[in-house]
Amino acid sequence: MNLIVATVALLAGIFVWWLAARRLTTRSWERQGSFDGRDAAGMGARPAPARMGLWVFMGVATSFFALFITAYLMRMSPHLVQDVALRDWRPIAEPGILWFNTVVLVLSSVAMQLASVAMRREQVEPARSGLIVGGALALAFLVGQWFAWQQLQAAGYYAAGNPANAFFYVLTGLHGLHLLGGLVVWGRTVSRLSRGSAGPGTLRLSVELCTVYWHYLLVVWLVLFGLLMIT
Amino acid sequence: MSYVAIADQHVHLHDPQTFITKYVWSQDHKVIAIQYMVTAMAIGLVAIGLSVIMRLQLGFPGTFNFINPSNYYQFVTMHGMIMVIYLLTALFLGGFGNYLIPLMCGARDMVFPYLNMVSYWVYLLAVLVLVASFFVPGGPTGAGWTLYPPQAILAGTPGADWGITLMLVSLVIFIIGFTMGGLNYVVTVLQARCRGMTLMRMPLSVWGIFTATILALLAFPALLVSAIMMSLDNHLGTSFFMPAIMSLGDPTEHSGGSPLLFQHLFWFFGHPEVYIVALPAFGIVSDLISIHARRHIFGYRMMVWAILAIGVLSFVVWAHHMYVSGMNPYFGFFFATTTLIIAIPTAIKVYNWVLTLWRGDVHLTIPMLFAIGFVFTFINGGLTGLFLGNVTVDVPLSDTFFVVAHFHMVMGVSPVLVVCGAIYHWYPKMTGRMANEALGRLHFWLTFIGTYAIFLPMHYLGILGLPRRYFAMGDTYFVPDSVQSMNAAISIASLFVAAAQLIFLFNLVWSLKYGKPAGGNPWRATSLEWQTPETPPRHGNWGPELPVVYRWAYEYGAPGNKEDFVPQNQPPDGHTAVALGHRRNV
Repeated sequence: MNLIVATVALLAGIFVWWLAARRLTTRSWERQGSFDGRDAAGMGARPAPARMGLWVFMGVATSFFALFITAYLMRMSPHLVQDVALRDWRPIAEPGILWFNTVVLVLSSVAMQLASVAMRREQVEPARSGLIVGGALALAFLVGQWFAWQQLQAAGYYAAGNPANAFFYVLTGLHGLHLLGGLVVWGRTVSRLSRGSAGPGTLRLSVELCTVYWHYLLVVWLVLFGLLMIT
Repeated sequence: MSYVAIADQHVHLHDPQTFITKYVWSQDHKVIAIQYMVTAMAIGLVAIGLSVIMRLQLGFPGTFNFINPSNYYQFVTMHGMIMVIYLLTALFLGGFGNYLIPLMCGARDMVFPYLNMVSYWVYLLAVLVLVASFFVPGGPTGAGWTLYPPQAILAGTPGADWGITLMLVSLVIFIIGFTMGGLNYVVTVLQARCRGMTLMRMPLSVWGIFTATILALLAFPALLVSAIMMSLDNHLGTSFFMPAIMSLGDPTEHSGGSPLLFQHLFWFFGHPEVYIVALPAFGIVSDLISIHARRHIFGYRMMVWAILAIGVLSFVVWAHHMYVSGMNPYFGFFFATTTLIIAIPTAIKVYNWVLTLWRGDVHLTIPMLFAIGFVFTFINGGLTGLFLGNVTVDVPLSDTFFVVAHFHMVMGVSPVLVVCGAIYHWYPKMTGRMANEALGRLHFWLTFIGTYAIFLPMHYLGILGLPRRYFAMGDTYFVPDSVQSMNAAISIASLFVAAAQLIFLFNLVWSLKYGKPAGGNPWRATSLEWQTPETPPRHGNWGPELPVVYRWAYEYGAPGNKEDFVPQNQPPDGHTAVALGHRRNV
């Protein structure tokens, strides 16, 4: 449980620091009247609500994955079972396709980043291409993950067989679900961009937030991948 | 400046057109709040009914044939789960969070109104799935609200066929719905406050709800993780939590799983959950006490810091629920220490409430009665918490009625008293009418005295060693006969308390039509929700111009004023023109 405590401490730390930057020491009872610079500072410059919403959501997802990883490490830990004969953790031979999938996901993130940069330069066409390539690569990643599952099944690694197998399916599955959710938003963004059905500011924000979320899921995947490999 | 652009924009105001979009598929935070409250109270009534049935069994064993050991456990489980999650969490965050955050922060609505609407309907779905489990073969789960494996999913536990599956599914749905709502509450507080409403000018209600929402967003994933893993153990035969075990004489397919792992995950959610319920109560009660004592809250900054400190500490105390679980004993030392440290910020809050009352102009209105009742009850429950926080004292008291008494006092009765006080307090704003005074007082005294009649004797039963969760005691040498008389007395008291809640509901309905018209600001309060142009506030809350805030929310009894309070949005003399001019330049 150390890991999750550390994660939550980190998130809480960021939060409290962020609040503290908003002058939690103000003596509100002395400060009446109109607003001056200090009140304005207390208000802070505000990012778009959607951006803030995404960051908060990523905080929630971080807590979620950190808890799963904690459970994974605790279940794997040799301290869990004192009797060596009873230890039941049998590492799996990870299919090689995972390396290929990882590269695909990295490329997907790169394409999204390029789209985001293009949007900032107001080049809509290249941005659209980048966005579509990024999404397509993410889909390819999901298909690749599906193949990895198939290969494991074929090799006899069933979920019920061993906790190592079960964790593999659960962790990859949940990461895939998050990516799938991202693809829904991605689909909306692509259609908006194609039809031009929103202002340039909104479009730029949508593409940017997709990119942020893609990078986030890439980082989550790299962490999970590393952890799955060390068994 | 971007923040004015957000707060002032009319684009997202999605004006409702028809009855359906206005009251059913509504995106208005006030309607959603009331939907949350009504749903939570409806399912809460079920939970009260279940507790009455439990008390009938304990008070008069053998009298009622329809209660058997199996459904007794189901009642215990559902009572706990509904009260903690589907009633209190939903009512405080979904109900009061939705109603108060935009109004108190001076916003027109939540920042993501559509998501907010979806959040309610997902919550309703979770409640319906939960209710459905009463009607499936085998009934709801009887695993206890903690749902400990291995017994939760083994044959022989009531509801092992369908009940536990529906319970876990319902929790997962609830958490998804809550996450949607929670994102809204946090982002609204951070992004949509009106001009001049700095964080340190927010009423403490908003601080409490805000911090509790952050806790919930970080802690509910732990429940989600354990629900997912337990479902897999149940349906796919994995062994996350399930050890090698015999079930009804046959070996199961599980081996090597760790029930202790589940307990860690569950309580990593479970303990913050206590504060998810308590922090909004702390915040709201601070406002009630200040308003009805006509005095500024004592130590506002300390109150805010204490809320934050409690929030952070609540994540490092979870294993004090597990002293007897067989975990490493050294953990117990660590967790006892952190648990006792929480007493410091909590005591700061209690002192500040008492010091706010001290030499205040105390008006014993109904909300004030409930607020004072809360302070009493919370101190009571907090003191027994000191007993249970210490490993050596906890071990003999573990799983006795002492524990039942403790947590009902501290996170059952206390928050419910605040819920009632808060409903009486904001009822005039929600409906435009005052709740009936006489019925309200009757409700308070019956509830307050009744709950003490229920839970004070339980401490004594617990010290005697009476175990909790038992269907019947049978002949046990250390249980004297007098215990039975006391149990009967407790059960009779519980009937009165349950009946009192019916008076409360009747009052709420009756006053809708026959209550005294309230006017916009019947309590003469300073915070923004009382300064709306209409009561109840219309869609968009504020008319054409958003309010501008010049001071904190606790300007009561200020010298040199005609009234004894100054609303947050009242411009100081001579500053009006400047403020408006400033506004135009933005």
